[in-house]
Amino acid sequence: MSQWLAIGAFCLAAGFLIFGAVALRPFGEPTRTEMDDYFNRYSQPEVAANNAVTAIVFDYRGYDTLGEATVLFTAVTGVALILRKVRK
Amino acid sequence: MIGNLPFVVCMILIALGLWTLLAKRNLIKLVIGMSLIESGVNLFLVSLGYVHGGIPPIYTYAPSGAPMVLPTPQALTLTSIVIGVATSALMLAFAVVIYRHKGTLDARKIRDLRG
Amino acid sequence: MTVVVRTITRLLLPISLVFGGYVVMHGHLTPGGGFQGGAVAASGLALVIVAFGAERLAGKKGLFSALESFGGVAFAALGFLGLGVTFFANVLAGSGKLFGHPVPYGPNPGDLNTAGTLPLMNWAVGFKVLAGLSAVVLLFALFGGESDR
Repeated sequence: MSQWLAIGAFCLAAGFLIFGAVALRPFGEPTRTEMDDYFNRYSQPEVAANNAVTAIVFDYRGYDTLGEATVLFTAVTGVALILRKVRK
Repeated sequence: MIGNLPFVVCMILIALGLWTLLAKRNLIKLVIGMSLIESGVNLFLVSLGYVHGGIPPIYTYAPSGAPMVLPTPQALTLTSIVIGVATSALMLAFAVVIYRHKGTLDARKIRDLRG
Repeated sequence: MTVVVRTITRLLLPISLVFGGYVVMHGHLTPGGGFQGGAVAASGLALVIVAFGAERLAGKKGLFSALESFGGVAFAALGFLGLGVTFFANVLAGSGKLFGHPVPYGPNPGDLNTAGTLPLMNWAVGFKVLAGLSAVVLLFALFGGESDR
């Protein structure tokens, strides 16, 4: 019984995913927003960096990188806590 | 449908990872399934920003006269990859400790919290 | 491990660390940055742990912890530099101080002296990722050494 439930759930999810992929905008014509044009145009005068992706990660969206550094620190602390030597 | 082939391939990757999560019993294979889903999602995010005939959004030695691809999905994918690494590390640490305590890696034989 | 693996590891460790430092340093000019360069350098240290055994590096866990804490605190402290404008403001870009060259618009060969606080943040995140990933590999290798249940 649970076998047929698993197969049915998987077929439903896979069909939904592939139908969604086919119904998207054509590949190579994304939605043009003002944000991406602003980042491409103004990352050299304002941030003085040639790399627009690094300018986004460290200057325009610096808070997200602070949160990501916290996630990395939490993961290393969690692994050190789980794999410690317990004294008998 | 042929025009959207990169999107369909990413969805096939996600569907394969989902099937691994549903049908396999070994704990290490479940971790591999989660890693497949994360790889599919990251590939889909990066391929959303492609422009026809585009060059990377970097001005060092850039050829002139070509449009640049969108840089925002690439910045989001960086964060997503690091979060995937953190999740995999914690899941593998749990699998090692469970094997030390129970002696088995079968997900259907570890039923201490049931009921 | 055998003699062949140890010799190749002694050759590959400086190359891997220098290449990781190169990717971190040129993060504002070429593809790369703190996270990518830290992962490249951590792969060299993981090779050392596999080839020479985890017991040789077991006494240096304090060094990894101190390096990661230094990277995290330096990254958060660099955000306070521009507190006159806003948090995480780039006050060194375009001015005449450290890393303060202006950049002409359009394609150009890159100048290393640009981009304000971006190279400093890249170094902080590179140290943090290097220490964190190496500490995770070391902890996995040290587990199950002499403790028996």
